[in-house]
Amino acid sequence: MQALSRHITRARLFWVGLFAVTWALSQYSFQIYKALDARWIIRFPSQYQLNTDTVISGFLDWLVNAANFGLFTFRDLTRAIAWVIEQPYQFLRNLLIEGFQSGIGDTAVQVAPSLSWIAVIAIAVAIGHYARDWALAALVGACFLYLAVFGQWDSAMITLASVLVAVPIGAVGGLGLGILAYRSAWVDRMLRPVLDLMQTVPVFAYLVPILILFGFGPVAALVATVIYAMPPMIRVTIVALRGVPEELLEAGRMMGATQRQMTWKVLVPAATPTLMVGVNQVIMLTLNMVIIASMIGAGGLGFDVLASLRKLDIGGGIEAGLAIVVMAIALDRASQAFSERRMQHPRTGTLMQRHPWTTTVVVIVLGTFLLGQVLPAVQSYPDDWKISTGRFWSDGMEWINVNFFDTLEAIKTVLLTTLLLPVKKFFSGIPWAWGIIATGLIAWRVAGWKLGVAAALMMGFIAASGLWGKAMVTLYLCGVSVFIAVLIGTPLGIWAAQKPGAGRVILGLMDTLQTLPSFVYLIPVVMLFRVGDFSAMIAVVLYALAPAVRYAAHGIREVPPQLLEAGKMAGCTPRQLLWRVKLPLATPQLLLGVNQTIMLALSMLVITALVGTRDLGQEVYIALTKANAGQGIVAGLSVAFIAIIADRIVHALSDTQKKRLGL
Amino acid sequence: MDKSVILDCRHVWKLYGTGADALLAQGRVPDAAALAQANVIGAVRDANVQILQGEIFVIMGLSGSGKSTLVRCLSRLVEPTSGEIEFDGRDLLRASDAELIEIRRKKMGMVFQQFALMPHLTVLENVAFPLEIQGVERAARLARAKTVIDLVGLEGREGCYPRELSGGQQQRVGIARSLIVEPDLWFLDEPFSALDPLIRREMQDEFLRLQNMLKKTIVFITHDFDEAIRLADRIAVMKDGVIEQIATPEDLVQNPATDYVADFTKHVARAKVIRAKSRMEPATSDSFAGEVAHNATIESIADQVERADAPFKVMQDGKVIGQITARAVIDVLVGRG
Ligand SMILES: Nc1ncnc2c1ncn2[C@@H]1O[C@H](COP(=O)(O)OP(=O)(O)OP(=O)(O)O)[C@@H](O)[C@H]1O
Ligand SMILES: [Mg+2]
Repeated sequence: MQALSRHITRARLFWVGLFAVTWALSQYSFQIYKALDARWIIRFPSQYQLNTDTVISGFLDWLVNAANFGLFTFRDLTRAIAWVIEQPYQFLRNLLIEGFQSGIGDTAVQVAPSLSWIAVIAIAVAIGHYARDWALAALVGACFLYLAVFGQWDSAMITLASVLVAVPIGAVGGLGLGILAYRSAWVDRMLRPVLDLMQTVPVFAYLVPILILFGFGPVAALVATVIYAMPPMIRVTIVALRGVPEELLEAGRMMGATQRQMTWKVLVPAATPTLMVGVNQVIMLTLNMVIIASMIGAGGLGFDVLASLRKLDIGGGIEAGLAIVVMAIALDRASQAFSERRMQHPRTGTLMQRHPWTTTVVVIVLGTFLLGQVLPAVQSYPDDWKISTGRFWSDGMEWINVNFFDTLEAIKTVLLTTLLLPVKKFFSGIPWAWGIIATGLIAWRVAGWKLGVAAALMMGFIAASGLWGKAMVTLYLCGVSVFIAVLIGTPLGIWAAQKPGAGRVILGLMDTLQTLPSFVYLIPVVMLFRVGDFSAMIAVVLYALAPAVRYAAHGIREVPPQLLEAGKMAGCTPRQLLWRVKLPLATPQLLLGVNQTIMLALSMLVITALVGTRDLGQEVYIALTKANAGQGIVAGLSVAFIAIIADRIVHALSDTQKKRLGL
Repeated sequence: MDKSVILDCRHVWKLYGTGADALLAQGRVPDAAALAQANVIGAVRDANVQILQGEIFVIMGLSGSGKSTLVRCLSRLVEPTSGEIEFDGRDLLRASDAELIEIRRKKMGMVFQQFALMPHLTVLENVAFPLEIQGVERAARLARAKTVIDLVGLEGREGCYPRELSGGQQQRVGIARSLIVEPDLWFLDEPFSALDPLIRREMQDEFLRLQNMLKKTIVFITHDFDEAIRLADRIAVMKDGVIEQIATPEDLVQNPATDYVADFTKHVARAKVIRAKSRMEPATSDSFAGEVAHNATIESIADQVERADAPFKVMQDGKVIGQITARAVIDVLVGRG
């Protein structure tokens, strides 16, 4: 007992001591530097700075301009890839928006028009009904109708075309790699670290090299999108295949199935429900990335948002943003329904009876095609029927700004002065050398010396790349945002777990929040608070809130009922039950929620660079605008390193906690 | 017995754990202590089994005793660490992948504890699945599947998905699927353990009915001794990976080879196992009340023999080979001798 209490005080001593030293150094680093006249204390000496970025840029230059594999050059390779992606993309664009032409330029003649808006909506409704029921069909149909009525049709169809090209590539590619990794331990070992890194490297970072390799335009955007959306599919595939019951595999082998038959007749069909969850993820990530990739020429709704934000066209931004939301909801609900869909009994009867939807859709497509020749309104939604909400939103925003400007400003100022600025000062003051040591010590203390060394090395890389200052801004913004998100999210989660009614509403809301592309969060924030750290923080909190809520709710719900009964029998009040039984037992889950929140916050921070933060995200963004691949990758790696260190530390905390609770 | 051996398994070992190969390479037979010391699990230890043409061979033992592992060695679903297995005169362990696929497609069938049905296929498609794997054309395989489905009494259910069936029905599908290729050797790994007792009983009857028709060679796993004695021609009792004894149910009860087997069989209703022949005496009486078959269980004849005033004739191949008295029957029923 005594040993235990001694142990606890020692642990506390370590943390208090570490914090005190860090605080003191942070507070007085400037004075120390002046007193010792040692500038290296606050700035990494430039003569030792790593030149990783120029090496990477040089390598990419070489790849693009000189690399030759004998039969073909690297440039040929990228051109070939571009060509393969371009074909289906152009076909879908023709099908959905532009119509099919023969010939080029002025001599082009329209061969066939694009699908009419009515036909597209009919297809959406058919898919909704096929996937689940009339309610879903109505929802999906209404979403698409919204896009037509509110004048977002063309942009939405461009976005949809990108999604429709990227999703099959991402899903099939992910499935293939997943199967390989399942079959061969060697591939699995190779893929794992790559997947881990991919999950943490911010998306902008690989936009830059892709931009250099594929040039500005939709193809580059599609390549980036596929790379971004594929890793989760690989993971889900591996998990899904491993989850196929052993007996089913034995049954297959006992029937004398060959390798290939095992894969395609047993493994994949049996794993399909789980695989569809992966496809849903691919779709949502694809949408998210297609929106972001409008920066490198994907066009579509994302481009509209970006353009409006740049012009400070509030109404236009909100309109396009809402269209993204609507589209995200439609895609998410439909693909989720597909993953829950079970095999149905085939229908019998005439062609019409057996395939009611296919025949209806074909009839509508042909019918609107013919009618469209005489009635333009059938072909494309007429302009005079469009409703623009732009004015409404601008006015609304203006009204809010007029009436609540002072309140909003007050909130902003209070939070800035009491929370953001002090924390920023603390982090920015930490001398880089001590920062490296402190990170190493924390990691060592929590997860052992291996992580300690690795963490110190990673922080050393950041410092040596001349990014220490920006990394500290990232840390501070991330820290504050996560703190607030957890502060709001955990009680919400607990509430959701305690009250089933409230739970449904809250968790449903979180589900929707999570399906929205990260870009969308910027819109209201910028309108209300303009650019700066505060806006960035709000956007990050909104984006990263969901996991904090979900894991808290999950953790509380998973507390074993017999422990609750034991607590009740011991005479706990509901309050005591929560504080003494549920919360302690839920801490591992809460920590995992914090971890997810941190990961999401970091990925969102890079996007908030668009609203003018001066962190690593900005560094990546600058690299993107300058097309400097080395700079972008180094900054991206720095973000990834921070994410990896945080991830490992929080996981270790969660594990020790689990062990302590004997879970 | 002049039945031929269809599957012959000699000195088969299956060890799990990293030190397994090194341990066997030492040459001498490792005992439990040596295994534990090397941190190796002896799932099957030195198993010697001969399966005879047309018999029902039951492997029984408690959970974790190595039954499933042994059967998976026999079908080479798991690779034995060492030993020899001869199937139909061929060395199974040296069969190439292609040969193995051929053997499994044509000669072996297996029924699984958790049914192992393909969730995305209907009953009809599930049963036809082995033929699909063999590349049999659709119409032909579905027609064949239809007849097997009728055989197991599932007619009318062809279009259902496994999730729409009860456990018993699902296992009928599993049985039909394993029978469609008309295997020579039929493995059943605890086929009825996931079913509740009433259904289990019904499925056992069904199984015996099928076997009477088909006369397969069967290796049947169970941990339920009552099930074993109902079905078995011979029983192998396993404990911690070792086969303790192989014998007929009657022998097992009357002459247990080890304390473990004795313990195991102690609580068995002996009247269900012991047959008339082993409790008969020379036919000395002048009057008989009737006759019974030599292989009738005491349980099945107890009522009539006990009620009669005179002993019963014990018949084998139409000849009287002895007599059985009410006294002998009562001795068995109350557990004397
Ligand atoms: N893949 C494996 N790796 C390690 N040990 C295994 C493996 N498979 C089985 N074992 C071990 O081998 C022993 C025998 O297992 P087996 O499944 O054959 O038992 P069983 O008699 O079929 O039990 P049950 O009645 O529960 O099915 C067990 O101790 C088990 O833990
Ligand atoms: Mg078993």
